[in-house]
Amino acid sequence: MPHNKFLQLVLYVLLILAIGLTACTNEPTQVEPVIILATTTSTRDSGLLDVLVPDFEEKTGYSVKTVAVGTGQALEMGKSGNADLLFVHAPPSEKEFMDGGYGSERYLVMHNDFVIIGPADDPAGIKGVPAAAEALFKIAVSGAPFISRGDDSGTHKKEKALWETVDVSPQGNWYLESGQGMAATLTIASEKQAYALTDRATYLHNFNTLDLKILMEGDPVLLNIYHVIIVNPEKWPDVNEQGARAFAEYLVSPETQEMIGEYGVEMFGQPLFFPDADKTDADLGLE
Amino acid sequence: MELIWEGIKEAINLLVSGDPEVWEITLLSLKVSGLATLISLSIGLPLGTWLALSRFRGRQFSLSIINTGMALPPVVVGLWVSIFLWRSGPFGSLGLIYTPAAIVIAQTIIAAPVVTGLTAATLQQLDPRLQLQLLGLGASRTQMILALWREARLPLLAALMAAFGAVISEVGASMMVGGNIRHQTRVLTTATVLETSRGQFAMAIALGFILLFLAYVVNLSLTWIQQRGAK
Repeated sequence: MPHNKFLQLVLYVLLILAIGLTACTNEPTQVEPVIILATTTSTRDSGLLDVLVPDFEEKTGYSVKTVAVGTGQALEMGKSGNADLLFVHAPPSEKEFMDGGYGSERYLVMHNDFVIIGPADDPAGIKGVPAAAEALFKIAVSGAPFISRGDDSGTHKKEKALWETVDVSPQGNWYLESGQGMAATLTIASEKQAYALTDRATYLHNFNTLDLKILMEGDPVLLNIYHVIIVNPEKWPDVNEQGARAFAEYLVSPETQEMIGEYGVEMFGQPLFFPDADKTDADLGLE
Repeated sequence: MELIWEGIKEAINLLVSGDPEVWEITLLSLKVSGLATLISLSIGLPLGTWLALSRFRGRQFSLSIINTGMALPPVVVGLWVSIFLWRSGPFGSLGLIYTPAAIVIAQTIIAAPVVTGLTAATLQQLDPRLQLQLLGLGASRTQMILALWREARLPLLAALMAAFGAVISEVGASMMVGGNIRHQTRVLTTATVLETSRGQFAMAIALGFILLFLAYVVNLSLTWIQQRGAK
């Protein structure tokens, strides 16, 4: 009867597995302590989340799984219900996302700004040019290498919008696309002594290892505005709405806003982000 | 489910329509990984043979190092090759970082231990009396080694397939030393990572299918050579 014994064993194993599985599926209906946060690589690379997430976890007992991807993928993750909340910076795409009913709420959190960086000798001569689009135009005309994220991220979208305003469709040997995150792209720019559009936070955070200078800053179109979006639980009932709301409220709370405003001052002598929870989109020049 | 169907449709579409960028990426993957495999073969076959046939102090130690090398994580290789090739690094002046050549170097470092280790293991598996017999029949040392390789051609081709499989599928090193630069160093694996990060999942799935298909075609031809040799 060895065959029967084997069958018996298989049945036992299956039984144990079944009990284990039902135990697993029952548990999370009571408390769902895990929040999936889809955010942009620039937020991660700036190091801000490394401060905020542990603080939030300690205060609330939630555990946050941060998935840092391009804004394009972050929004897709929200659309397909694979994230509970989004922390992103591409207002036009965010508006589309909200109009499609994929998000239930959206709050203004903070902004920083984009800068154009490049080699210190500035071969395209963009230093002192007041408008960002004009600076890009000069780079295109000079044929000096420019490296783009090329990944549909918020930064890439910003760059594309700037090219559009000067009617240039960038292509050719001088225009490189890395298809990677901000920090990796800056490393490539430094190695190739190329120009690039970057958010100030990631640049300052990686400043030490880069052979690049800020050559263009201060144009109001270069504001980089961050919103937090709670993924609509009506579209995806599995979304951890409670947890997402807790994190969104944490981000806009006065204490966190103060932390955001102070972040970076100690290390870089200037803040990396400017808290905006008490402002409206219109204050920052958004519709 | 819909996503998977879309991915399959997109893959067929891309292959049939002959999308120039996808072709460019596919050809570069094939060239870079093919070249890295060939270089690994030219290093690994002699080195593995030498390790298998000679007797010297530290031989076991060398073999253990090579065998560990077979498990080298691509990202670690990528990191070290980057450090050496960056402009700040010792070989920075060569200007190799973010070029296909850099990917070939990194992939060779990944594949060479695989060829070396499997060659050594294969030749040690052969009956030691075969060596003596060949030499006794008046073969020169070169002739003897060629005869041993012919004898072990099946597992040696398998080693080649393992090496090619390791490099065509790795993403970490290609991403770090190649930089995934469009029209220059973008290969199938790094393009897949990019399309995923853009949220273009169907395209990412399509690239994945092309990668598998490519690996299949290469291995099919190697298997064909191998099995023809078996008769």
